[in-house]
Amino acid sequence: MTTSNLRVLVVDDEKAIRRYLRVALSAQGITVMEASSGEEALRAVAVDHPDVVILDLGLPDMEGTEVTRRVREWTEVPIIILSVREQESEKIAALDAGADDYLTKPFGTGELMARVRAALRRSYRKDNEPIIEVKELKMDLERRMVMVADHEISLTPTEYDILRLLAQNLGKVLTHRQLLQNVWGYSSEEDLHMLRVNISNLRRKIEPDPTRPTFIQTEAGVGYRLRSDS
Amino acid sequence: MATTPDARPDPDELLARIQHEQQQSPRGKLKIFLGYAAGVGKTYAMLEAAHQRKQEGVDVVVGYVETHGRVETEARLAGLEVVPRKQGVYRGIALTEMDVDAILSRKPQLVLVDELAHTNAPGSRHPRRFQDVEELTAAGIDIYTTLNIQHLESLNDVITQITGVTVRETIPDSLLDQVSEIELTDLPPDELLVRLQEGKVYVPEQAAKAIQNFFRKGNLTALRELTMRLAARRVDDQMRDYMKDKAIPGPWPAAERLLVGISPHPLGERLVRSTYRLADELKTEWLAVYVETPGHSRLSPELRERVARTLLLAEELGGRSLTLPGHSVPEALLKYASEHNVTKIILGKPLRPRWKEILMGSVVDDLVRMSGNIDVNIISVPGEGEPVQQDSAWQPHRPWNRYLWAIFLVLAATGTGALFQRTISPTNLVMVYLLAVVVAAGYLGRGSSILVSILSVLAFDFFFVPPFYTFAVSDTEYLLTFIGLLGVGLVISELTARVRDQAEAAQRREMETSMLYALSRDLSFAEGLEAIIQAVIDNVSQTFGREVVLFLPESIGKETLKMVKKPPDFYMDDNEIAVATWSFKFGQLAGRGTDTLPESTGRYIPLKTPRGVVGVLGVKPRGEGRHMTQEQRRLLETFSRQAALAIERAQLAEQAQEAQLLQATEKLQTALLNSISHDLRTPLVSITGALSSLSEGGLAMDARVHQDLVDTAREEADRMNRLVGNLLNMTRLEAGAMRVTKQPGDMQDAIGTALENYEETLQERMVSVNIEENIPLIPMDFVLVVQVLVNLIDNALKYSPPGSPVEIQARLADQEMRVNVDDRGIGIPEDDLERVFEKFYRIERPEKISGTGLGLSISKGIIEAHGGRIWAENRLGGGTSITFSLPLTDEREAEK
Repeated sequence: MTTSNLRVLVVDDEKAIRRYLRVALSAQGITVMEASSGEEALRAVAVDHPDVVILDLGLPDMEGTEVTRRVREWTEVPIIILSVREQESEKIAALDAGADDYLTKPFGTGELMARVRAALRRSYRKDNEPIIEVKELKMDLERRMVMVADHEISLTPTEYDILRLLAQNLGKVLTHRQLLQNVWGYSSEEDLHMLRVNISNLRRKIEPDPTRPTFIQTEAGVGYRLRSDS
Repeated sequence: MATTPDARPDPDELLARIQHEQQQSPRGKLKIFLGYAAGVGKTYAMLEAAHQRKQEGVDVVVGYVETHGRVETEARLAGLEVVPRKQGVYRGIALTEMDVDAILSRKPQLVLVDELAHTNAPGSRHPRRFQDVEELTAAGIDIYTTLNIQHLESLNDVITQITGVTVRETIPDSLLDQVSEIELTDLPPDELLVRLQEGKVYVPEQAAKAIQNFFRKGNLTALRELTMRLAARRVDDQMRDYMKDKAIPGPWPAAERLLVGISPHPLGERLVRSTYRLADELKTEWLAVYVETPGHSRLSPELRERVARTLLLAEELGGRSLTLPGHSVPEALLKYASEHNVTKIILGKPLRPRWKEILMGSVVDDLVRMSGNIDVNIISVPGEGEPVQQDSAWQPHRPWNRYLWAIFLVLAATGTGALFQRTISPTNLVMVYLLAVVVAAGYLGRGSSILVSILSVLAFDFFFVPPFYTFAVSDTEYLLTFIGLLGVGLVISELTARVRDQAEAAQRREMETSMLYALSRDLSFAEGLEAIIQAVIDNVSQTFGREVVLFLPESIGKETLKMVKKPPDFYMDDNEIAVATWSFKFGQLAGRGTDTLPESTGRYIPLKTPRGVVGVLGVKPRGEGRHMTQEQRRLLETFSRQAALAIERAQLAEQAQEAQLLQATEKLQTALLNSISHDLRTPLVSITGALSSLSEGGLAMDARVHQDLVDTAREEADRMNRLVGNLLNMTRLEAGAMRVTKQPGDMQDAIGTALENYEETLQERMVSVNIEENIPLIPMDFVLVVQVLVNLIDNALKYSPPGSPVEIQARLADQEMRVNVDDRGIGIPEDDLERVFEKFYRIERPEKISGTGLGLSISKGIIEAHGGRIWAENRLGGGTSITFSLPLTDEREAEK
């Protein structure tokens, strides 16, 4: 996927971080717009229609979660939040409010671009493509078939649903809550147990080395992500 | 990083070090080979043991062994290194003694010293050999020595009784307490006698005949029994100490207190020793009391010295000694006994002939009669038939006795006068009466001598002044005689009485001084506030026979008091406390016997120092109170002044310690901050350096160099990131803000996630993961547990060489989940296996490895917050294994 001609809005009150993001993104041919507060961000989204928003959680005037919510009220533009380690609860809140993914400061350019691409992929994949491929993993949604290195894998319905959800959001993080709600229809604290067990079983079936998963990545404290190639 | 081996930043450890300033240097151990008589084989046994030690590799030398020419003993001496004796000449005789200096410079581990009770030749360093031995043990050298039972001080008189031989060279019993082991060398008396006949027993020629008496079978059996009992008692003591240490309830005897009354009599020493043995068996306190009557000053210096020696002996044997002034021995003893909770008074059996007793009264009889509920034990100490309790010779005890004596004196004077009536004129006969008055004044007291004066005049008039046998006076000149006789009599009575009063006052002052001395001695030995308070209370309650309570302010500057120490059933109501508080606030006496609140039960003395009032001392009479005399009050105040100073001293010492600690803590904190600052800045050096090189080098730079610099900067940035994370975690842990939210978690997942951080590194290093089949999900804070694993993996990778493998395992064991991270690195020194989990701890490595040493400490905090454990072990074949355990279920217990 080319990233040139993309327009990205960077929202952060730290000048140094805006500068870094501008430099990194411009190098990929991306047009960068900047905002340094929540209010500015809301205005910029409404006026400039960016393709992706990179939003810092620690804004001076508004919680990042609040910004996300307000943006989501009227647009589905992909939002990637920037957070600091140990802010799990805030991250989860923002993701549940509609943000697509997150980056933990400090992050490298590679991670940044991977997230951006993943976020865009989702927004483009409006028409549900039946086949999703990641390295050796291949999912055929039409025929409900999962293959790893051309071996068919048999999954329980729940496991299939989880994997489908992850695959449809390839490269993007899904919170525990999102997974539980979409797969089971509800979410509560105790059900995390179920989720973990299912993930564990799933890994055992599709991962070449379950102890070192290459497909399903744990986002500690937040959720899971199906890794994409890029 | 700037850490030196002993500058570990741990305030707790420093405090412990400050509190234990006194480093006990190791003393050598003393082992005695004890026997009941010469010839049982002690020296031989000692040599045997020495050979065994030598075989075990101990450095043994012979300090002094006396073989007495016995062949077997000499043979056993062979093979042991002997330190040559010191040669000396004393009065023309060549003498040899043990050479202590040679032994000290030789510094062996074990020295054999025969005959512990030996007296050294004049000119030696110490008069007695046991003092030489003490010097050697103080230098850390172990000693084996031999001793016969009769050399023990406390058994001396018993043994003299048994054997008829008095042994002069004795060892104080206190030495036995320092002995680490006593080995009993025993030989049945029959066999000993056989050996004696065979000439194998050392017999000094001078005492040949006495020795014959000594070596009778009956004696030997008795001695043997005595020795065995001593050894058994020692075992019993050790057992009791052990039981006390382990708080095992045992038959602790009730608290008794013995008092032995002593006199200038030589058998006083035996009495003291008997009391010591009795007290030792009963495990009670005891004291020796000498009542100093007015007759004391009339005792010869030898007798006075004997009293002093007897009192000293009592102290040496572990009792207290006391001198009380008084007129009457029984009265003085009983008064003291009842005020000081004495339960038994011990006296020697009197051996005065009966008639003397009838005439002069018997101390024992009087004491027994007046003793009330105090036991009186009369101990028989046969000896030369002198009276045991020496009263001041003519001092009758009971007041009306004195008046009887007064009358008797007048009669005696009259009788004497009658004898010389013919030859001497009446006016000269008056002298006889005067003599009677003087005698009465000196021995019978003011009242009696006044009585004698009056009666003398009457008697003189009746018998010797014409007209005889009437009270009429023919010659009025005699009136002058009467007036003169009476006047002189009264004056003498008065003067003598005054002198006696002064003498008593002087004695009392002396006693006060000695009590003050006892207090200040105890105070100077007391270490710490606790000990000082105890010393004050003990001394005051003993000296004044009252219940004592001490108040100290609750905290510096506060005015409310807290009772620091009180007797178990002391009742202190709020009123009393209020009085004490008043005394504290205003720094004045209050309570009973004072101008302020005199209705209170207790008397409260403020403990004043130049800096202010440090506390309050309260005294309350036991039971029905007797008021204290003026002198007692004065003495109590002096006591309280001493106590105040001592308490202040203790408090200041504590403050000084705290200040020192504070200073040390500050120093540590500075060191810490420096360390962290260094650790944070160092990566920045590389980053700044790399970036500036890149900016200056520009496009002309070699691609590889370019890449190198970039990689370096990234690595250092990562390192800094990790460090910042660690510091934050540490801060959170310390502040108690580390919240552990447990949810079902998959350990396999956690391990996998942790390993994610090391993707690049894992290209070069081999990390194997081994997870037991079907391990369940366990409650854990996923994020935190991942951090623990990251820390452990980090350590494993850092501290092991590049080619070596790292293994991670997870399994169930003992109702918990155990995860271990193993490496094949250099391992951890045995002593440090626990210390690695302390903050900032890092093992000294030649190549400085990066990292601040927080990782394990944080991990420990996290794991323990989960209710788990973490520990380190060294692996067989080298390397370290760090294991942590997590409970399988969430107990919902309170977080630590």
